[in-house]
Amino acid sequence: MYNTLPHLVLPQIPNLHEIDVYRANGGYDAYRQVITMTQDEVINEVKKSGLRGRGGACFSTGLKWSFMPKGNDKPKYLAINGDESEPGSFKDRQIFEYNPHQLIEGIMIAGYAMGISKAYIYIRGEYHKWVDMMEAAVRQAYDKGMIGDAMKKTFNHNYSIDIYVHKGAGAYICGEETSLMNSLEGDRAYPRFKPPFPAQKGLWGMPTTINNVETLATVPPIIKIGAEAYSKIGAEKHPGTLLYGISGHVNKPGVYELPTGTLLTDIIYNVCGGVPGNKKIKAIIPGGSSMPPLRGDRIEGVRMDNESLREHGSYIGTAGIMVMDEDTDLVKVLLRITRFYHHESCGQCTPCREGCGWMEKILHRLDHGDATMKDIDLLYSVAGNIEGNTICALGDAAAWPVRGFIKLFRDEFEKKVKSNREFVSMNVVHGRVNTMSDLVVLN
Amino acid sequence: MDITFTPEELQQVELHKSKYPEPKAAIMPVLWMAQKKWGWLSEDVMRYIGQLLDLPTAHVKGVATFYTMYFKKPMGNYHIQVCTNISCMLRGGEDIYRHVSGKYGISHNQRTPDGKYSLEEVECMGACGGAPMIAVNEVFYEKVDIQEVDKVLDSLS
Ligand SMILES: Cc1cc2nc3c(=O)[nH]c(=O)nc-3n(C[C@H](O)[C@H](O)[C@H](O)COP(=O)(O)O)c2cc1C
Ligand code: SF4
Ligand code: FES
Repeated sequence: MYNTLPHLVLPQIPNLHEIDVYRANGGYDAYRQVITMTQDEVINEVKKSGLRGRGGACFSTGLKWSFMPKGNDKPKYLAINGDESEPGSFKDRQIFEYNPHQLIEGIMIAGYAMGISKAYIYIRGEYHKWVDMMEAAVRQAYDKGMIGDAMKKTFNHNYSIDIYVHKGAGAYICGEETSLMNSLEGDRAYPRFKPPFPAQKGLWGMPTTINNVETLATVPPIIKIGAEAYSKIGAEKHPGTLLYGISGHVNKPGVYELPTGTLLTDIIYNVCGGVPGNKKIKAIIPGGSSMPPLRGDRIEGVRMDNESLREHGSYIGTAGIMVMDEDTDLVKVLLRITRFYHHESCGQCTPCREGCGWMEKILHRLDHGDATMKDIDLLYSVAGNIEGNTICALGDAAAWPVRGFIKLFRDEFEKKVKSNREFVSMNVVHGRVNTMSDLVVLN
Repeated sequence: MDITFTPEELQQVELHKSKYPEPKAAIMPVLWMAQKKWGWLSEDVMRYIGQLLDLPTAHVKGVATFYTMYFKKPMGNYHIQVCTNISCMLRGGEDIYRHVSGKYGISHNQRTPDGKYSLEEVECMGACGGAPMIAVNEVFYEKVDIQEVDKVLDSLS
């Protein structure tokens, strides 16, 4: 039954990454259609479609485009975010490999709508092969006169755009939009304060829009089937299809394109063939490692769209679903997540830099059986002090899973304290008045 | 060692510069070129890149040290990366890391005395659906187990 659902971003067409195959299947026709419309008409169409960003924040794409200043008095830029480094996310890679021309066409449409003539596709450095594939597609598009100056003649219209591929070099933070801009400009990739927002002052001080790879690859089909039809797919407030990346304890992990609002249980049991050994599920992270987890015994009826997930205490994020079976040690999982954020913190803000380090240390203690009950509260409060007190959202990304896991699985954390500290009575624990001083000693 | 790009490579540097409104932005692609050519980014290489792009050496160093993939010391001919982030960890990535570490007697960011192998415990590589995974230099190997890892590594020479 899942084969009958629309595949808008990853249609099952062999060799679609070749420009001739892409064109034979209607490729670059959406752009032809777009140039018969005004810029505002295109932006309104995207707004009307209900498309929301696939990079994690789930912000309306049409609205974002409308923030860009009109007119061509100064250069404007488009940055395409293919940093894809959030643990559990591996979907943009499929687009580089299987449908790169649809991304290029999406860039052309976005560029036309906002009057942008230069676009940079930022791809994480580890994706060597996929950087090469994307570069090959861009070269083909130049060779066939689809982009660059030659496109004016091809499409008989005076708009043109140049597209460049920029390779990262291993830093999760570069996926944060302002960090990405500093990285592209050739500086250390520290996130910038907002405001000013990129639409006012972005790359090289000029108005800039940053969109995720999947977001832009979704634009051509929206133009083709029409905003109206697109908005009817999937969940009402968060319509369309998503590239769900499922990993962890499922029989058939991978990337699947399905409508938003698909039942999480459907994805796990019908699409991904269930859990190995028919084990029960203990926990699920629904949208990449920074999203708060769900309890495995409460996923009945949870739908994979931002609104439904919010009701269940999480968000859609990158739609990277990580499934953990009943035997998973969640303290170890949280320790690993926290170690990641500590490693990736750029160090600009004290709460993020120090807080992530403290959280990692406390979790280490917990995992090694050296923690007290009070440490669990301390951990929770350190996370609370990071949230909302930092320049960029990496701080929140580090804090959410900590708070989420403790909130939902406190018993797991307490078990680690109890089972490992047999002789610690509650009184003794609370006799340690200043747990914080332990941290200082450990430092 | 003579640290200079060939005329063809210098042309490539110019091409990178032309992609951006300011030449400073060419630093990442040019650092990639340098690492490909010399294997890692020594002080001398960084100074040379600074001269090429008209940037202080301190700036080049600042950028190079921000990213984990630019090597600040020589690595092995075969740089083995083992992912131990969540999806890989759930499927045995840590065991693979320990196995490879034991196999060559090296740990994170170390290389064997003969310079042949180096090991890195990496964060999520964006291949979680193929967990557990390793990468050797630029190539990913997904859905592997210890036997398969051995097969891959033993076939390198
Ligand atoms: C720490 C951090 C890492 C991020 N990593 C990515 C990423 O790898 N890819 C991505 O598209 N967005 C990432 N984002 C979100 C971007 O900042 C930005 O919101 C997004 O690229 C906008 O595109 P969209 O509106 O099309 O989703 C990250 C955000 C933060 C705070
Ligand atoms: S929140 Fe963390 S990653 Fe973001 S700017 Fe501050 S220190 Fe850097
Ligand atoms: S967790 Fe190993 S590739 Fe993502």
